[in-house]
Amino acid sequence: MTVQEVEQGRYRSPFYPRQAELDRLFQWHDWKGYATADGFYETDLEYFAIRNSTGVFDLTPMTKYRITGPDSFVFVDRLVTRDMSKIKPGRVAYAVWCDDEGQVIDDGTIFHLKDGEYRLCSQERHMAWLNMSSIGLDVTVVDETADVCGLAVQGPTSFSILKKMGLDGIENLRPFGLTHFEFQGAELMVSRTGFTGDLGYELWVSNEKAIDLWDALFAAGQNYGIMAIGTDALEHSRLEAGLIAAYIDFLPANATVRSGRSRSPLELGLEWLVDFKKPNFNGRCALAQEKRRGSTWRLVKLDIEGNKPAHHSYIYSNPRKKKEIGFITSAAWSPVCKQNIALGTVRVPHGAVGEKLLVEIYYQREMHWSRVMAEATVVDKPFWDPPRKRATPPGPF
Amino acid sequence: MSERYDVVVVGAGHNGLICASLLGKAGKKVLVIEANDQVGGAAVTREFADGYSVSSVAHLLYQLQREVQKDLRLKLDLATDGLGTVALSPEGNHVRLKGSEVSGVSKEDAAEYRNFCKRMMRFSDLLRTYLNKTPPRLAKDASRSDMLTLAQLGFDIRRLGKVEMREFLRLIGMNIRDEAVERFESALLRGAVCLDAVMGTHLGPRSPNTILTYLYRLAGTHGKISQPKGGMSSVTEALAHSARDNGVVIRTGMRVKRVIIDNGRAVGVETESGEVFSSRLVVSNADPKSTIMNLVGARNVETEFTHRIHHIRSKGNAAKIHLALDGLPVIEGVDKREFGDRFLIAPHDDYVERAFNHAKYGEASVKPVFEITFPSFRDASLAPTGKHVMSAIVQYVPYGLREGWSEKTRDAFQKLAIDTLADYMPDLHGRITAAELLTPKDIEDQFHISGGHWHHGELQFDQFLFTRPVGGAAQYAMPLDGLYLCGAGAHPGGGVSGAAGRNAARAILKAEKPV
Repeated sequence: MTVQEVEQGRYRSPFYPRQAELDRLFQWHDWKGYATADGFYETDLEYFAIRNSTGVFDLTPMTKYRITGPDSFVFVDRLVTRDMSKIKPGRVAYAVWCDDEGQVIDDGTIFHLKDGEYRLCSQERHMAWLNMSSIGLDVTVVDETADVCGLAVQGPTSFSILKKMGLDGIENLRPFGLTHFEFQGAELMVSRTGFTGDLGYELWVSNEKAIDLWDALFAAGQNYGIMAIGTDALEHSRLEAGLIAAYIDFLPANATVRSGRSRSPLELGLEWLVDFKKPNFNGRCALAQEKRRGSTWRLVKLDIEGNKPAHHSYIYSNPRKKKEIGFITSAAWSPVCKQNIALGTVRVPHGAVGEKLLVEIYYQREMHWSRVMAEATVVDKPFWDPPRKRATPPGPF
Repeated sequence: MSERYDVVVVGAGHNGLICASLLGKAGKKVLVIEANDQVGGAAVTREFADGYSVSSVAHLLYQLQREVQKDLRLKLDLATDGLGTVALSPEGNHVRLKGSEVSGVSKEDAAEYRNFCKRMMRFSDLLRTYLNKTPPRLAKDASRSDMLTLAQLGFDIRRLGKVEMREFLRLIGMNIRDEAVERFESALLRGAVCLDAVMGTHLGPRSPNTILTYLYRLAGTHGKISQPKGGMSSVTEALAHSARDNGVVIRTGMRVKRVIIDNGRAVGVETESGEVFSSRLVVSNADPKSTIMNLVGARNVETEFTHRIHHIRSKGNAAKIHLALDGLPVIEGVDKREFGDRFLIAPHDDYVERAFNHAKYGEASVKPVFEITFPSFRDASLAPTGKHVMSAIVQYVPYGLREGWSEKTRDAFQKLAIDTLADYMPDLHGRITAAELLTPKDIEDQFHISGGHWHHGELQFDQFLFTRPVGGAAQYAMPLDGLYLCGAGAHPGGGVSGAAGRNAARAILKAEKPV
């Protein structure tokens, strides 16, 4: 990782000059040392760009580690709970990694760039854990967060925009695939991944090409409703996609102090990512034991009656509101689904699909607080899951 | 075709042999594989010069647990039992210790020493009980028997009585120097007590928990020291005989390359020469670091466990020096009859601490401390007629010498050690016909102990009892199905005590019983 001189306390992404031109709100926050925009225009406008045309989100602050060396496969396969032997070069895996107690440290994506070379992307920083995991293995882990910048290009017209930009063959890229293009003499990596639950891509390039990439992308997208978006709109769409976020829907295990405040992948609804057929991965013993004995918590997707977002609500078991069984971690009214949706955590055995629960929603109207007990149904599928997300080749919208 | 056993034991150190023998006695089909040509690990007799033999690493017997002797019906042939100790003074006013008696000091010191010994014996008896038990698990899923053991420990401490319990709790974490200085005015007596506490460790007399290491030393025979006839090999040969009598197969000169793991379970071993031995269980007498990092491989265990194993402090600091002598040297103020005793060069508690200072910074002591014996004095088999051997432990000689260990640095230290000895034995130089120095690096290379540490891991509170070798693996079973530890790196620690080997065998049999 190269050391960067910064004028102020926060890094600026290489896209910052272009973002600053567009910015109407001047609302920025800190994301792992980088200044990141909450939004540029207005959250709803940006949100509808994601769902109806294309939103462009600056991924640069996303932590990126390059993993190389003879034991790189052994390293990633031991690190995460899923079977990485199935992730061939040119594929991307969504994965979680756990401590020895089987508690989730973070989730992220692992790009199998070429044979034996991986890139791990996550919201949080994990150098200490990755270094610890490399003891006794012949592997090199390099933090390349500051060397590589990225843009998430998400929405129904994203495919058409990239096609227009001249990325020939992009139509063949399947979900969770990655491919390389030549872009103005540099290498541009494109993966069909994202955090919106929709058709979308992520573009990765070295910092020097950042502005050129931005310009080429926005030129191509001019007639396709392309729009820069901030974190608020993205947050909205990831909830519709039923995707979980660290520090919101779960706490990284190494950030918890009290026992019982961390979560296992089984408790986060990520059992499909845990492959007990693998002889060893971190947390395997503890997770196998949890599987035998049963989990404590369950993450649920809730479809709630009414239109008041159930922010931070307690969840009670129906019908007689006798027992408080959990709480809401993410909530919003979803315009595209026309549903009042939420993610929450409940105590097992509650939370089976179809179970009716009650959520206690507090809301304020002209300063006065009111309360409503709303019925919530546990649902199985992501709230927003359009077929275009999976279609290969994607349709031209 | 590979041979199939119930248990493969990696390493024929005394603990490996004891564990194998007990498992064999219980009806298991056991194979022991030893890298060296001789059984015994670091408790062996080797010829280091033509006609001169000596116990290579461990050279005195004072910790062998009576439970081990009883369980294996072991009969030891001792050249001498109950060695006295002579704390050498440069001026010839030596202090002599035997049992809880000391001479050459003031009346007050002698009385204090008696009190001190009485208390230390009492505490070491308490400790001894727990050295011979598997440490209880403190985890959430601790069993009833774990809780009972823990309660028993609390109860046993309480049962010392109010005054003694307070004293125990005060002393157990303390350093030996403060206690010695508080009690004794004789510098030689202080030095002798301090040296006994720190021998074999990377600790100085002012390091924390050196009272614990002192108690650990006493927790076998109350500090009664004996010398086996024919050197240490006679003990380990006896153990090997016992093992063979119990049906154990012992193969020497065969180095295990790796533990074979199949689907998360240890299922055998492969040797350097490519031979494969399958077994239901693999028990490692090797140190925990070698076992996990080299034989098993980090890929087969989890991250935090690997991290803990990787960080075990196991860099040795004790070297051995062996001299072939054409006759006994002169020590001023020491009668010829006394040469069967043990001599200490540690004339002051500060002398010992100063010797340790260098080791902290990767340097060998300029004025080292010694524990010296002349084993041939009582055992003529070790040297040609009329000749003698000297066997001495010398500290501090760090494994991680800053300059690195080479021919040159070893020769330089050997010269310094002999010169220091010659300060007390003026005619020594002229009597030496051959010499051998084993630095911790040599001990690592020749006896396959990572760091060359005689406890396989520093004997300190963070690596003791519930957390030895590391938390989560203190009950001999490693967090990999079918893999156990039985060596000094496991509870309770090193020294020729056999407790680890015996406890491991019992833990294995207990876990194996109700299938």
